[in-house]
Amino acid sequence: MILNVFTDIHNLLLGLMSAKVAHITELVLIGVAYLGIFAVLGLFLVWLERRVAGFFQLRLGPNRVGPSGLFQTIADALKLVTKELTGTVKADKQLYKIAPYFVITTALMTMALIPFSHEIQAFDINIGIFFLISVSSIGVLGIFLAGWSSNNKYSLIGGMRTGIQMISYELSVGMAVVTMVVLAGTLQISEIVELQKGGWFIFTGHIPAIIAFMIFMIAGTAESNRVPFDLVEAESELGAGFHTEYSGMRFAYYFLAEFVNMFIIASIAVVLFFGGWLSPFGITDAIPFAGLFWFSVKVIAVIFIFMWFRWTFPRLRIDQLLTLEWKYLLPINMVNIVLMALLVWLGLTF
Amino acid sequence: MEEYLTSKLKTQEYFLNMGPQHPATHGVLRLLLKLDGEIVQNIEMDLGYIHRSIEKMCERDTYKQIIHLTDRLDYLSSHMNNEAVCLLVENALNIEITDRIKVIRTMMSELSRIASHVLWWGVMGMDTGALTSFMYGFREREMINDIFEETCGARLTMNYNVIGGVRYDLQENFVKRVKDFIVHFKKKLPEYDKLLSNNIIFQKRLEGIGYISKEDAIAYGLNGPTARGSGVSCDVRKIHPYSAYDRVDFEEILFTEGDSYARYRVRIREMWESLSILEQLVDKIPDGEHRVKTKAVIKLPVGDYLQRVESARGDFGVYVKSDGQKFPYRLKFRSPGFANLTALNKMTKGLKIADLVAILSTIDVVVPDIDR
Repeated sequence: MILNVFTDIHNLLLGLMSAKVAHITELVLIGVAYLGIFAVLGLFLVWLERRVAGFFQLRLGPNRVGPSGLFQTIADALKLVTKELTGTVKADKQLYKIAPYFVITTALMTMALIPFSHEIQAFDINIGIFFLISVSSIGVLGIFLAGWSSNNKYSLIGGMRTGIQMISYELSVGMAVVTMVVLAGTLQISEIVELQKGGWFIFTGHIPAIIAFMIFMIAGTAESNRVPFDLVEAESELGAGFHTEYSGMRFAYYFLAEFVNMFIIASIAVVLFFGGWLSPFGITDAIPFAGLFWFSVKVIAVIFIFMWFRWTFPRLRIDQLLTLEWKYLLPINMVNIVLMALLVWLGLTF
Repeated sequence: MEEYLTSKLKTQEYFLNMGPQHPATHGVLRLLLKLDGEIVQNIEMDLGYIHRSIEKMCERDTYKQIIHLTDRLDYLSSHMNNEAVCLLVENALNIEITDRIKVIRTMMSELSRIASHVLWWGVMGMDTGALTSFMYGFREREMINDIFEETCGARLTMNYNVIGGVRYDLQENFVKRVKDFIVHFKKKLPEYDKLLSNNIIFQKRLEGIGYISKEDAIAYGLNGPTARGSGVSCDVRKIHPYSAYDRVDFEEILFTEGDSYARYRVRIREMWESLSILEQLVDKIPDGEHRVKTKAVIKLPVGDYLQRVESARGDFGVYVKSDGQKFPYRLKFRSPGFANLTALNKMTKGLKIADLVAILSTIDVVVPDIDR
């Protein structure tokens, strides 16, 4: 079920060893590759965030280590790796240590479903979107546990806020995705992308698709705990929120996972609304791996919007956050699904 | 089920120690919060973490030496603090100062006020989560600090006023730089509105939050922009004009809503007013001495003296009791921040932690000013 990745490597391995061993070797290889992608992606996005922040804030951002400061985040990561892992005496040791792995494992599992191009997707199952949403919901546990086990009141408030926020906004993300699934008629990610060859869903889905996109962007920002929904960390109120007591690599896990989550949200947006790896008007569809380029361009464009949010908006208050979700986004979303269903039923889509 | 909930699962209030090391307390202010979930029930303030007994130190210093100590109170309006001490001594001894000195002092005060409000605006954004405003604020503040640096060599604790005038005469560039700044800032102030004031999230965060009525504001002794947000007319520049304020035309900004957003708008409008004062004065700096001769040893006659000035935070007062010596017998600074901070509990009760941070920001406290 795994592979439309690199059939050549698959054949090569089959030639070298028995089918079972080859299969396991492939799994390990893919796992290692994805860990690599995870780290590089995280570090790249941190660098991008800092450059974009500099751009918005009349300053330069990292620009000394390597070309345009590209290696700055690698240097930072090295520093974090070598740092001592400190913790508080009163922390719930087991939970405290295990919490970061919830976040990072979830992010990794979700990444397996991301279609980087027609050729590169590790895990293309027929319930892809459903799997993606259900797995990504586990991540909240890691943050919640971190807040609880640190035995710090600020962390606890941060953790509680996470519970409220992520569970609420999960609904909106899910509903917005369901709207698009109604249009697509399939849950398999590669099929959803292929269906957009005639035109991206944001254009073919009329107004409901645009509404769904806007809701997805708002709820996605909340899901990845970014401004204006960064109540979980809210540095002016809670210091650092749930990861106050974390140091070294454990902190880095949260930090990287946050950025990778943002990438995942952006990828889902690109897959559902902007035709995934497809090039505009199919200009480069014949070239192998060209999809990777288009996918990256689109994802970075969406990520740039997230960063734009972050460096422009103030933060909402917790009750305003809940009002927005339960009184506005959710009802609009429900009406929107019905609208989309009507459109599809009446055949009004392009 | 309900029985189970009431018997087993109880909620309880808890204490949260906010500060003295906390990003939102603007220095070393310690707040002991009594919380119910996220709702603030009560605030106890623990002051004194940066108490340097400046008032006591003043008793062993001559009047000339006192001036530089006032820099260290409200460091963002150090010029106004200096001015208060100088005016007190000059008025007590009837030292006649030239018009040039008055205009220079007024212009420097207004530049300080803008620098202080610009910094406040940046921090206000940071406290509500918009980090970019801080950098924008510092861009303008940098220009003013450059003017200060050129004029007197210092950027923050200026110590530019001396008894009987100002330490150095204005540099040739001063007028040009101030004019440049006025042009620049007039373009940038609307940008501030675009970024924060007109942002719907920002407005929702502040409107109706931290309300304090006019009566309460007077009862708590609020002053400065904080009180003017509740409609209390208390601008010392209008009530007891000093320096050149009697010859410029400006408006005392009053809002009657009494909420955080009103206090926010007061400060934004005050920046416009300060700009207009600068505009009126920049072309009309009279010629004359920048410093008049005074005695080498200054002794105040026996008696009580009080001088008030409008600092960036409000009504700053110096009260001196003299026994005829060259040192003051007793000296008391009336700092605006201390009175304003007392109303925090009243404003915040029943609101969320996030509101507390925003309200504390609209009060615009500078902790060294409160602790002295």
